[in-house]
Amino acid sequence: MSVLSDPRFAEALSHLADYLGSHLRVSVAALALGLIVSFPLALVARNRPALRSLLLGLASVVQTVPGLALLALFYPLLLALAALTSRWFGLSFSAFGFLPAVLALALYSMLPVLRNTITGLNGVDAGLIEAAKGVGMTEHQALRMVELPLALPVIMAGIRTAAVWVIGTATLSTPIGQTSLGNYIFAGLQTQNWVLVVFGCVAAAVLALVVDQLLALIEHGLRRRSRARVALGTATIALMVVASLLPSLAGGSARYVIGAKTFTEQYVLSALISDRLQAAGLSAATRAGLGSSVIYGALRNGDIDLYVEYSGTLWANQFHHNEQLPRAALLEALKQDLAKDKVTLLGELGFENAYALVMPRKKAEALGIRSIEDLARHTAQMSIAGDYEFFSRPEWAALRDAYGLTFRAQRQMQPDFMYAAVASGEVDVIAGYTSDGLTAKYDLVVLGDPKQAIPPYDAILLLSPRRADDRALQDALRPLLGRIDIATMQQANLRASGSDAESSPRAVARWLWSKISK
Amino acid sequence: MPRTPLITYGNVRKSFPGTTGAVTAVDDVSLDIAEGEFLAIVGGSGSGKTTLLRLTNRLIAPDSGTIRIAGEDIGHLEPVALRRRIGNVFQNAALFPHMTVAANIGITPRLLGTPTHEIAARVDELLDLVQLDRTAHRDRLPDELSGGQRQRVGVARALAARPRIVLMDEPFGALDPLTRDTLGQDYRALHDKLGLTTVMITHDITEALLLADRVAVMRGGRLVEVGTPAELAASREPYVAELMTTPRRQAARLAALLPESGAA
Repeated sequence: MSVLSDPRFAEALSHLADYLGSHLRVSVAALALGLIVSFPLALVARNRPALRSLLLGLASVVQTVPGLALLALFYPLLLALAALTSRWFGLSFSAFGFLPAVLALALYSMLPVLRNTITGLNGVDAGLIEAAKGVGMTEHQALRMVELPLALPVIMAGIRTAAVWVIGTATLSTPIGQTSLGNYIFAGLQTQNWVLVVFGCVAAAVLALVVDQLLALIEHGLRRRSRARVALGTATIALMVVASLLPSLAGGSARYVIGAKTFTEQYVLSALISDRLQAAGLSAATRAGLGSSVIYGALRNGDIDLYVEYSGTLWANQFHHNEQLPRAALLEALKQDLAKDKVTLLGELGFENAYALVMPRKKAEALGIRSIEDLARHTAQMSIAGDYEFFSRPEWAALRDAYGLTFRAQRQMQPDFMYAAVASGEVDVIAGYTSDGLTAKYDLVVLGDPKQAIPPYDAILLLSPRRADDRALQDALRPLLGRIDIATMQQANLRASGSDAESSPRAVARWLWSKISK
Repeated sequence: MPRTPLITYGNVRKSFPGTTGAVTAVDDVSLDIAEGEFLAIVGGSGSGKTTLLRLTNRLIAPDSGTIRIAGEDIGHLEPVALRRRIGNVFQNAALFPHMTVAANIGITPRLLGTPTHEIAARVDELLDLVQLDRTAHRDRLPDELSGGQRQRVGVARALAARPRIVLMDEPFGALDPLTRDTLGQDYRALHDKLGLTTVMITHDITEALLLADRVAVMRGGRLVEVGTPAELAASREPYVAELMTTPRRQAARLAALLPESGAA
C-alpha cells in the first residue's frame, strides 16, 4: 500500500490547513516581534562595546536553553503576569498558547538578528562612512543610504537564519497550547504513528524553505533596487498569513475546547469526548499534546473547557498534599480543593491510571517477586526506567522511602519506548501505568503495593469555571461516567499503540464507545 | 599672490588620546589660503596633514584655535550644512559601491533637496566636465570602472553642488603614473576654469610642486614651511631641503636624458 493511499495520510491531510496556518501565524508574529526588538537594539548597541557584549551574551544564553524548556518557562511567567495585571489594572489575558509561544520564539530569533546586524554594520568600510559624512550626510542618512544597504546581505542572512530557527522551533509550542505542525509530531510520537511524525517534520521543513526563499527574493529585490521583487516577496508572505486566518474567520471557533495531555490514553479519551459532544450537537475542538503542568492552569483560566485528569496527580502535584488518603476520601478532599478554583469535578470515568512498578512476568516469577516489597530485596542490582516526570514527582519519593528502594541506575524514557525496553531486558523494572495496554502485549506484570504508597489515580472529568452550570455539556458527558473499566481502557490503549489505520485515536475512540455504550 | 584669504587657520591645535598619553596631531598651525588658490599640503604619515583637512569641514573639532571660511568661524556653523558646501575628493575615490555613477555624482544635490530632473542634468554636465562619456558611464556601478575613471567620478561628485572649496585627500595616490599625471593636469584645468579654491593632501612632493600654487610642508603636526615652488627651493629649512632633493635630482636627470625638453 502506498503512503498516499494510507488512511493515516488522509487524516493528517485533514488537519493541514489548521496546523500549518497556526504554525505560520505564530512563526511570522514571533519573527516580526523579534525583528522589531532586535533591530533597534543592534543599532543602539553596535558602537557601545559593553552593551554589545551584554546583549550578545544574553542572546547566546537564551539560545542554549532548549526550545521546549524556553517555551514551557513562558507559560508560568505569563500566568503570574496575567494575575498581576488583572489585580492591578483589571486587565486579563490568556497565558496559554499563542502569547507565550510568540514571546519565547521571538526571544529565540534575536541572536542571529542582533549578531548579523552588528557584524554587518561594523564591517562597512570606514572610508565609505567618512565619505558619507564628507558629502554631507547626517548620521541617520549615512545609516540609511550607505551603511544599511551595504550591510544588507549580512543582515538578511541573520533574518533568514532566524526565520528557519523560529519555524523549526515552533513545532515545540504544542505542549503550551499553541496549535502548530508540532501537533503531528507530538501525537505521532505518542501513538507510534510514524506517518504523522514524518508528515509534521516534512511540512515544517517545506514551510521553512518557502519562507527562506521568499526572504531571499526580498533581499535580491532590495539589493538590485527592484521594487517588484520586494513587493512580490512581502506580498506572498502577507498573503500566506491572510490565508491562514481565513478558516478561523469563516468557520468561527469551536464552542468547547477539550484538552489532552501528551500520552496515548489522553488522545483516545479526548477523541471520545469530542465525538460525544458532536453527537449531542455541540461543536468541539481538541487541544492535544498539552504539558502536564500547563493543562490544569489552562482549564482554570478557561483556555480549555474540559479534560480528563487523574486524582493522584492533582492531589500531589497541583495541590501539594503529602498525606495519603484512601480513594473515596481523596476524591472528596480533592473536590474541596477544586471548588476553591471554581473547577467542577463532574465525575469518575471508572478506571484508574496509576503509576505502577512493572516487570517481565517470567523474570518476576523466577525471582519470586509479586509485590514491591519483594522487589526491594533485589533493587540494588537492578535498573529502573520512568517517564520524564516520574522521578521528580512526590509519589516516587513516597514509594522509594516506603519500601527502601535503591536502584543501581535510573533512566528516563519516552513512555512507549520504556515498555519495549523492559521487555527486552534493557532495564529491569519500569514505572509504568496500570491502564496501559502494553503490559499485556509484552507479557509484563504489575507489582502489588501492599503499603499503598502510590496514591489512587482515578480518571476524572474536570470542567472549567465557566462550564460549571452548562447543562447541555454535562448531559452529553454523563454517559461516560463510571462506564470505562480498567480492562476496557487497557484494550483501548493497546489498540492505540498499534501502527495501522485502526490505531488512530479517533478509530479507537469509536471502538471504545461501541464497547461502553452497550 | 596677494588675494583675500578664503580659508584661515589661526593657532589650530588638535590632539588625540594615545596609548602613551595624548598625541598632538596638529600643533599650533596658522595659515591663510587665498580665494582661487591651489594649496598642496605635503608631509609623511603622522605629519598631521589629514587631521588638518578633516578639521576644515568639521569632521573633527579643534582643541583650540579657530578656522574661518570667508571670515566666518566654522565652529559656529552647522557641520552637515558646511560639508554640503565644500567638495570632497577621497583617497581611492570612496564611491558608494551600491550606487550607480549618476547616483554617486548626484548625492550632495540630492541631500540638498534639488529636484530630480535638475540633478540628472547636472550629472550629465559633470560627466562632460570630467571627460567621461555620459551614456556609457551614467548607469554603471563603481566596480565596473577603472581606477582613473572612478576618481574622475569622485571629482565630479565633489563638484556637484557647485562648491567654492574642494578638499582632496591623496586623490591620485593609488593610480598608475600616467593616469595620475593626466588626472592631475585635468583637475588643475578644472580648478582654474571654475575658480575653485583647492586644498590637496599628498605625500608626493613632485606632484605638489607640479600642480599647486603654493606648497605647505608639515612635520610632526607643525607647519614647517609654506611657499611657492621657487620659495621652497630657496628654503633654509633642513627638512624642506631634504624633501626637495628628489625632485631636483629627477629634474636634472630628466634634463640630461631629454635635452630637447629642457629648453624652458
